[in-house]
Amino acid sequence: MGIVETYLIGPFAEMAAYPAGVLETVIAGIGNGFLYGLVAIGFVIIFKSSGVFNYAQGAVVFFAALNFAGLLTLGLPWYLAGLLTLLLLVALAFAVERTVLRLLVGQSALTLFMATIGVSFFIEGLVEAAWGGNPHLLKIGLPESALFTIDHAWGEAAGLDIIVQESDLLAIAVGLVLVLALYAFFHRSRIGQALRAVADDHMASMSVGIPLNRMWVIVWSLSGLTAFVAATVWGTKIQIEPTMIGLALKALPVLILGGLTSIPGALVGGCIIGVSELLFETYWGQPLFGGATTEWFAYVLALVFLLFRPQGLFGEPIIERV
Amino acid sequence: MLYRETGVYQTSYGKDQAVFRLPLDRYAIAGWLIVAFAIVPAFASSYVLTDLLTPFLIMSIAALGLNVLTGYCGQLSLGSGAFMALGGFMTYKLVTAFPTAGALLGVVAGIDVALPDPALGTFRPFDLWFLAILIMAGAITAAVGLVFGLPSLKIKGLYLAVTTLAAQFFLIWLFIKVPWFTNYSPAGIAPAPPRTLLGFQVTGAASPVVCRYLFVLSLTVLVALAVKNVSRCHTGRSWMAIRDMDIAAEMIGVHPTAAKLSAFAFSSFLIGIAGALWAFVKINSVQTDAYGILVSFQVLFMVIIGGLGSVLGSFLGAAFVTFSPILLNIGLNALNPYLLAFGLGRIEVAMIKHIEFMVFGALIIFFLIVEPNGLARLWQIAKQKLRTWPFPY
Repeated sequence: MGIVETYLIGPFAEMAAYPAGVLETVIAGIGNGFLYGLVAIGFVIIFKSSGVFNYAQGAVVFFAALNFAGLLTLGLPWYLAGLLTLLLLVALAFAVERTVLRLLVGQSALTLFMATIGVSFFIEGLVEAAWGGNPHLLKIGLPESALFTIDHAWGEAAGLDIIVQESDLLAIAVGLVLVLALYAFFHRSRIGQALRAVADDHMASMSVGIPLNRMWVIVWSLSGLTAFVAATVWGTKIQIEPTMIGLALKALPVLILGGLTSIPGALVGGCIIGVSELLFETYWGQPLFGGATTEWFAYVLALVFLLFRPQGLFGEPIIERV
Repeated sequence: MLYRETGVYQTSYGKDQAVFRLPLDRYAIAGWLIVAFAIVPAFASSYVLTDLLTPFLIMSIAALGLNVLTGYCGQLSLGSGAFMALGGFMTYKLVTAFPTAGALLGVVAGIDVALPDPALGTFRPFDLWFLAILIMAGAITAAVGLVFGLPSLKIKGLYLAVTTLAAQFFLIWLFIKVPWFTNYSPAGIAPAPPRTLLGFQVTGAASPVVCRYLFVLSLTVLVALAVKNVSRCHTGRSWMAIRDMDIAAEMIGVHPTAAKLSAFAFSSFLIGIAGALWAFVKINSVQTDAYGILVSFQVLFMVIIGGLGSVLGSFLGAAFVTFSPILLNIGLNALNPYLLAFGLGRIEVAMIKHIEFMVFGALIIFFLIVEPNGLARLWQIAKQKLRTWPFPY
């Protein structure tokens, strides 16, 4: 009885006693979740069109963030630094396509996955060799952790005097805009259509004259762009250091939830992970298990989820033929 | 001509199925064993033994363990670090829970043989308790590995990577948060208590380097032989059937549940023992820092670079991953005097670390491109060349 009360009733009683706190946690969780989602979108874009499970996405985010921050410290204005970072990302896409992907065509998914881990190591070493291993900060005047409270008359009247981080709202806004932009790109532009064709069938798209190698460069550049967006938003929230790559690993469970092939699914999956891990941490982890449960909660959630729905919420069902 | 298979005739089925069928192979392996057991400990420096060979051998055991799972059974795992940690912590708990059992067994048996060098201790043929503890810790790791292997019954491939990542992060978190695992040691770092095996002190800070090396070497040889033989028997064949095509394997009567779970259990058992050795023989302490996600990746690299489904490959991969950072470090440090002489400054320690990362990543990509089937495949090719030498056509 005591156990049931402590672990199953207590936390919910606490939530009911202070609902504004729950709302606060949920909003912060959505903010985190959108960041995971932004990284996961980069995974999805590459996986959809080349079938490569790109472990290096986290490192690409780190690459973008550290380059951007480094160029800013050199005294460049933010737009120039941003442009240069984007160019570097495209160069990275070219390099990866030329030196890794093109030479590994036709290898097993596992080999390609391992190769992207190698790419991840290389990128991490490269940017740190270039800019130094000290943590950097990214300050380009985006709304930061400055807190604001909804304490307007209507807020108080509804009992909603809560604290919302501006950076969370920024992440949400940016995420939504990015998904809409990507949707428009994939469905309205010529290249987007070609990319969807490549995602459907490599052979068939090659036979109608779509240049596969160029498409892969575009895909990697595109995921580099999302990595850049993720890095910019993330850089306002946390310090830029190699642990970022570990945090970006959380995009993997996000993908499991959202489905490997769905871009909006990545954001939804991110939200589910972000919100549930923060709720668990606040109401169970901190008081009952000694905290830091966010380190593993996402993965365990994905594990449980996989047992019931292996293709994710929005993924295509996995059909296998002998 | 150099590697001859002709003229070798087997007169029984048993001989035909032997692990080393050719006399040449038998001589080669006997030579290697003599070098490893007799010549190396006699001549190698303490640095070579502790910092090069011992970690190489321990990581070989881990690589053999993961090769059972990934190479033979085709199930991807990124949780090796956590299972190594589990093995280490369980050994620590068992060792401290039964502190005197080992000595008791030795004394009861009552056979002591004094050794020529008193520094090595006294030879006690019944002092096998530490080995028993290792096996028990391995068994616990196997049980936990089995639990985290359950999702493999429904999913496979890269999805499995995520569920094993769950094991990695959850177990490490558990060992940090629950002080019981380290017997409430400060900062979660438990010193490895000194223990003996056959009368030799094999663990603890005061243990002689040679004892540790020979202990790890013997275990490695045993594990390699076990993996080789298990992979050739019914169980190993069912693993390979599942790896090559699970649905077809099921059709011909391979039980997928039994095959996958036995692979998870056996693999975790070996990885757990490797983790225990790492804590007790290599770093002299049990702590979570030694078993991070990076270790999981390293073990996976060993298996992939060495060669999936190959015992030799596990050793080659372990050698590559263990030695290449050390060689890089030495090489870059050796460059410093020349750079200074030309007025180019020196490479700082942090920079060496970054360059190590870059080169290591590049080497992985390079080997995957040059030989996707691993270093073991290179040996196959070399054997073929030696077979036909000097007339390749």
